[in-house]
Amino acid sequence: MTEQIAEQLTGAQSLVRALEHAGVDTIFGIPGGAILPAYDPLFDSEQIRHILVRHEQGAGHAAQGYAMVTGRVGVCMATSGPGATNLVTAIADAFMDSVPIVAITGQVATHLIGTDGFQEADIRGITMPITKHSYLVTDAADIPRVIAEAFHIAGTGRPGPVLVDIAKDALQASTSFHWPTELALPGYRPTTRPHGKQVREAARLMAAAERPVLYVGGGVIKANASAELKMLAELTQIPVVTTLMARGAFPDSHELHLGMPGMHGTVAAVAALQRSDLLISLGARFDDRVTGQLASFAPLAKIIHADIDPAEISKNRTADVPIVGDCREVIADLITMLQKQAADDGVQGDYSAWKSQMLGVKAKFPVGYDKPETGLAPQTVIERLSAIAGPEATYVAGVGQHQMWAAHYVDYERPRQWLNSGGAGTMGYSVPAAMGAQVGLPGSVVWAIDGDGCFQMTNQELATCALEGIPIKVAVINNSSLGMVRQWQTLLYESRYSNTDLNTGPESIGARRIPDFVKLADAYGCVGLRCDNEADLDATIEKAMAITDRPVVIDFVVERDAMVWPMVHGGASNDDIQIARDLAPEWDDEDL
Amino acid sequence: MSTQHTLSVLVENTPGVLARVSSLFMRRGFNIDSLAVGPTEIPEISRMTIVVNVDELPLEQVTKQLNKLVNVLKIVELDSSSAVERELMLIKVKTDPQTRGQVLETVNLFRAKVVDVATDAVTIEATGDAGKLTAMLNVLEPFGIREIAQSGRVAIGRGSRSITDRTLRTVPGSQAS
Repeated sequence: MTEQIAEQLTGAQSLVRALEHAGVDTIFGIPGGAILPAYDPLFDSEQIRHILVRHEQGAGHAAQGYAMVTGRVGVCMATSGPGATNLVTAIADAFMDSVPIVAITGQVATHLIGTDGFQEADIRGITMPITKHSYLVTDAADIPRVIAEAFHIAGTGRPGPVLVDIAKDALQASTSFHWPTELALPGYRPTTRPHGKQVREAARLMAAAERPVLYVGGGVIKANASAELKMLAELTQIPVVTTLMARGAFPDSHELHLGMPGMHGTVAAVAALQRSDLLISLGARFDDRVTGQLASFAPLAKIIHADIDPAEISKNRTADVPIVGDCREVIADLITMLQKQAADDGVQGDYSAWKSQMLGVKAKFPVGYDKPETGLAPQTVIERLSAIAGPEATYVAGVGQHQMWAAHYVDYERPRQWLNSGGAGTMGYSVPAAMGAQVGLPGSVVWAIDGDGCFQMTNQELATCALEGIPIKVAVINNSSLGMVRQWQTLLYESRYSNTDLNTGPESIGARRIPDFVKLADAYGCVGLRCDNEADLDATIEKAMAITDRPVVIDFVVERDAMVWPMVHGGASNDDIQIARDLAPEWDDEDL
Repeated sequence: MSTQHTLSVLVENTPGVLARVSSLFMRRGFNIDSLAVGPTEIPEISRMTIVVNVDELPLEQVTKQLNKLVNVLKIVELDSSSAVERELMLIKVKTDPQTRGQVLETVNLFRAKVVDVATDAVTIEATGDAGKLTAMLNVLEPFGIREIAQSGRVAIGRGSRSITDRTLRTVPGSQAS
C-alpha cells in the first residue's frame, strides 16, 4: 500500500520530501561533491532547517544532543569519503549510548563504487560494527522506503544510529515519490511488552528480598519511564542508584537516591550494590565502569535484569530473572504485580532496616572535596553553576574529570537534564552536543561543561553557534591539562606527567595560556569571560546567564591538582573503593 | 570446554548480509569453523549454516547479537543427533598403475566417486559428515594427497518440520540494500 504521487522528481527531491515526511525539522551537516544534489532541494525546504557546521563530527554530536533532549531522531548529513569518515566518531558514540540518529552520506556514483574513486570510502563497511543498521542506495526509487525504515529502526526498540549512504547518481536520477504506509521489516520486531511470567517472578523475588537496590540505567530515560520509576521506588521504598547515563532519571533530591555507582561512584551507591541481595536492573548493562572487577561485583545479589535489548541480558552478569521489554512497560507491570501480590496474598517486602542502613552510609559519606588553600576548586565551579542555572537548564559534559564532577556536583532533578558521552567516552562531545541540545530546546539554558582538552577538539562549532543564533554557554573547567589522565599519572605513574600538560593555564603556574580561551571566544563572535577565584564566581556565572543573544565561554581557571573521588581503581573490586588517596571508608559495624 | 555448534541462520537475501554476519562474529571474538551460504525454497531468503566452537553461554550471546541484525530472520541451532549434516570434499590423489586399484577401492568403501582421472592422479568427490571425511583422508594420505577443496557444512533437521515457516513467507520481494 503506497500513497501515490505520480509527479516526477529527482532522487534528491525525493530525499528531501522523504525527510519531511519523517518529520525532520533540523539537519546538521556540511555539503560536498557527492551529496551536493541533495543540498539544492534542501535550500527550498520550508520545514527543514539545515545548520551548516564546521566539522562533520560536530554534525554527528549535534544530532545526538538534539535527539537526547527531544527524544526524537537526530539527523546529520555529510558528503562521501572524508565527510563520511568524519562522522564515524559520533556514530560510534551514538551506538554505545543508544542515541537515535540517522546519518545521511553522499556516495560516489554507482559506476565509480569500488574503483577507489575521488572521495570514495566504503562508509557502510566502515560503520557496520557501530550502526544499528545501514543502507547503500543506488536506485532513486528506494529512497523514500529506505528513509522511512531508517527513522523507524533508529527510533524504536533500543535506539541507535542508522546510516543511509546514497550514490550520487541515485540523487540525480529521475524518479517518483511513494511514501510507504507500512514497513516490511520481517527481521526487526523489538519486544516491548514484558512477559507476565517473568514480571511475576521478579515481584516474587522482590517480596522475598531483604536488601534490594534499583539499579537504574539510561534505558529508563530512553523509555520516558521516570514517573513510573518514582512510583515504584516510593511504593516499595527500595533505594535507587542511577548510572552515569541515568543521572536525572530519578531526582537527586529524593531521599531514596544513593547517587551514582561505579568507578567514581558514591560510597553509598557502590556499597549498596556490593551488599545487596537483589539488584533490580532497569535499562542498565552492567558496564565495566559500574561493576569493576566482575567476579566480585554484588557477590550476594540475585539479579532481575530488564532491558529492551535481549542481548544485554546475561551478557556480563547472569540474570536470575530476565525481562525483555520497554522499561516503562516493565516498571508499570511490576507496580501492578507488586500491588496485586500485596492485596491478594498479603506478601510485601519490608526493607526499612536496609533503607535506614543505606541512608546512614549516604549521610556519613557524602560526595565531597577539600578546597585548595589558593585558587579555585573545579567542584565549586560546578556546584555554583548548578545552583544558579538550576534543574531547568541542560548540562552537557565532555569526557574526563570535569565530566565526573558534573555528574556528582550538578543536582539532577529531571530526565534529559544531563547529556554526556558515557560508553564511548568521546572527548569533544560537549560543545557540538550542547549546540544540538540548544537547537532542540530553543529558549532554554544549555550549559556545556567542558575540559580544556575536550574543548580544543571541537570548539570550532562556536562559529556555527554564533552565526546560527544558538546561544549555548560553555564552562571550560581549565586545569591546563588532560586532567583525568594526569590524575592516573599521579596515582599510578609516580606523578610522571607524560604528555598531559596542555599549557592553557596562566603564567602563575608556568603555563603559556595557548590558546587564550577568552580571546578565542571573542574571535568566534562569542562573549569570553574568565574567572580564577571564588569571590567572582557567582557574578561571572550570573553575567553569562544574562547573555541570551550569543554564545558565552567562561574560562574557569581552576586548581590543577584536584582529583576525582571516590575512585575504584581499574580492574579492582568495588569493595576497594577509596574516598581519597589511599583512604578507604571507615566502616562501623552498623554500616554494613 | 567449548563444543561445536551448528547454527542455521535464515537471512534476507540482500547485499552485505554475509559481511554483517561474519563481521559480527569477528568483533564479538568468535571464530567461525565453517560457513556455507545458499538459497532456500523462498527466493528472498538465504540460508547460512555456521559452525562455531564456543561454550554454551557465549553461544547464547552471539545468537542474541545475530538476532539483532535487521536482515537476520531466524536462527535455529541444529543438534547433530536430530539433524543431517553434510560436507562436500574434492580430493586430488596421486596414483600410479600400482596404487590406482587401491585408491579406487577406498573410493568405493567410502561410497565416494571419481570425478576426474589423469595418468598420475584421480580426483575424488566425497560427501559425508566430518568424521567420515577425516577417516577417508587418513586412508588416502599414504598415496599422496595433492590438493583438497572442502565445502562448509550444510545441515537440515530430521523429520517433516521446516524452519522456514509461514511467517517468513511474507518477506517482501527484491530489496535494494
